[in-house]
Amino acid sequence: MKRLYFLTILPFIGMLGFLPFVNRVEPFVLSMPFVMFWIVLWAVLSSVILAVMYKLDPRNKEDEEK
Amino acid sequence: MNIALIIILGFLLLAVFLGIRATKGKEMDLEQWTVGGRGFSSIFVFLLMAGEIYTTFSFLGGSGWAYGKGAPALYVLMYICLSYVTSYWLLPAIWRYAKEHRLVSQSDFFVKKYNSPYLGVLVALVGVIGMIPVIVVQLKGLGIIVSQASYGAVSMQAAVWMGAIALTIYVMLSGVHGSAWTAFIKDIVMVVVICFLGIYLPLHYYGGFQPMFEAVHAANPGLLKFPDEGNSVTWVISTVLLLVLGFYMWPQVFSSTYTAKNERVFRKNAIISPLYTLMLVFVVFVGTAAILTVPGLEGEDVDLALLRLSLDTFDPWVVGVIGGAGLLTALVPGSLLMMSTSTLLAKNIFHVFAPKSSEQTVGKLARLLVPFVALVAVYFTLHGGTTLSNIILMGYSLMTQLAPSLLFSLWKGNFINKYGAGAGIIAGLATVAYITTSHMTLADLFTFLPATWNDVNTGIIALVINCIVMIAVSLATRKSQRAAAA
Repeated sequence: MKRLYFLTILPFIGMLGFLPFVNRVEPFVLSMPFVMFWIVLWAVLSSVILAVMYKLDPRNKEDEEK
Repeated sequence: MNIALIIILGFLLLAVFLGIRATKGKEMDLEQWTVGGRGFSSIFVFLLMAGEIYTTFSFLGGSGWAYGKGAPALYVLMYICLSYVTSYWLLPAIWRYAKEHRLVSQSDFFVKKYNSPYLGVLVALVGVIGMIPVIVVQLKGLGIIVSQASYGAVSMQAAVWMGAIALTIYVMLSGVHGSAWTAFIKDIVMVVVICFLGIYLPLHYYGGFQPMFEAVHAANPGLLKFPDEGNSVTWVISTVLLLVLGFYMWPQVFSSTYTAKNERVFRKNAIISPLYTLMLVFVVFVGTAAILTVPGLEGEDVDLALLRLSLDTFDPWVVGVIGGAGLLTALVPGSLLMMSTSTLLAKNIFHVFAPKSSEQTVGKLARLLVPFVALVAVYFTLHGGTTLSNIILMGYSLMTQLAPSLLFSLWKGNFINKYGAGAGIIAGLATVAYITTSHMTLADLFTFLPATWNDVNTGIIALVINCIVMIAVSLATRKSQRAAAA
């Protein structure tokens, strides 16, 4: 397994691992209860992390040439 | 007949029309029919998979839980998002092997990897048992939509029968190409309707999102975060992990990965897919808006929240459009599921025991099985009284049992053999069945554990037993095989 793929653990840690510490209603962020904001934030960060992986992954360039 | 029902009927006719039109002039072999010749681009694979994953459940079940349970409804968004994250490396691995061996179904994958047609039969059986509950969810959704939109004129029972008949006719006439076309329209209509409701309802009733949450928080403190007991943080973490493992084990989802033209398709889709899950936030908004505006729904009636609020708020024609969108979200996944189920029964079960039957016979049988599958689903729809969310969770705990032997098979140094894989899956299923019927919790087994562990999803126990049996049986049979050889 490639070392790069370990980056996929980050969204799990962010969304699930931190959940016990962010399980609260206040403060409201972007009009949402805090715990809901946290989960939405990590959905967006998941996309960002995957985009970074995609850029760094040499395999995607191989396929492009084919 | 009111205007809402007429519009819903219009959506149904449109879907049937598109389905029949899509099949015209196409005579295809099995590889074309099931996996589209492995030539689908990113957008098509994205729509196909979104079509299977976002069902009536996301519409009605998601808002129902947000209404009845509050924050725990967010688990839907969490598991779909994290599953997409794993798709980055999981799906290319599955795709590569499937292409190399020209596989067309999920159970083919197990047959080839473990070199055992009977393991394929077992996997197909698990698939069928797991998919029936999801078909039930679609029928239940159809029933709710039609009976609500008729303003009570059509009973829930009659609506379920009508839905089942419409679905059966649709599947038998159109096939997979029809579903692909309807899936496209379904996703557009669904996104527009959900975003509209999610923005309009909070503004209309509360004057904004934060005022809505503040009002709900004041009326019922504790609803907007995970509770200390029941659907607690422990519950959500264990449940989400379990669902992520099961996500790509569904036969219809698994085999739709075969349609991609190259591996890069999956990596590309993995980037945008988590953003697409944000649509579910709007579903949660709708459910939250309903808490104070249509109070008093309990038990399985929470699934009515979205439609009840729409009935109170809008003119009948808007209700018709919302109902029509709901109809499409039931029809598309429902038809794909019915097709997968009857194909599995015909090809991966019947054909193994009657190897002399021709491909045409198997194909014919698959079609003839559709009404039968529909009847079974109607029976469970009318006799099982629980929320959409609970049914989905049950189906997932079955499908997850396929994950250990599949993940091991992707590893180069895999030491699991067919006996281990089969025994593990059976042990896991037996545990799920036992736990479900006896309502056991983790605390009953391990009385010394702290109270926070009570809410761990019991599916984890089944998964652990599955793994232990799988490894133990593999090691034991490997030794005896060696002894026999010596």
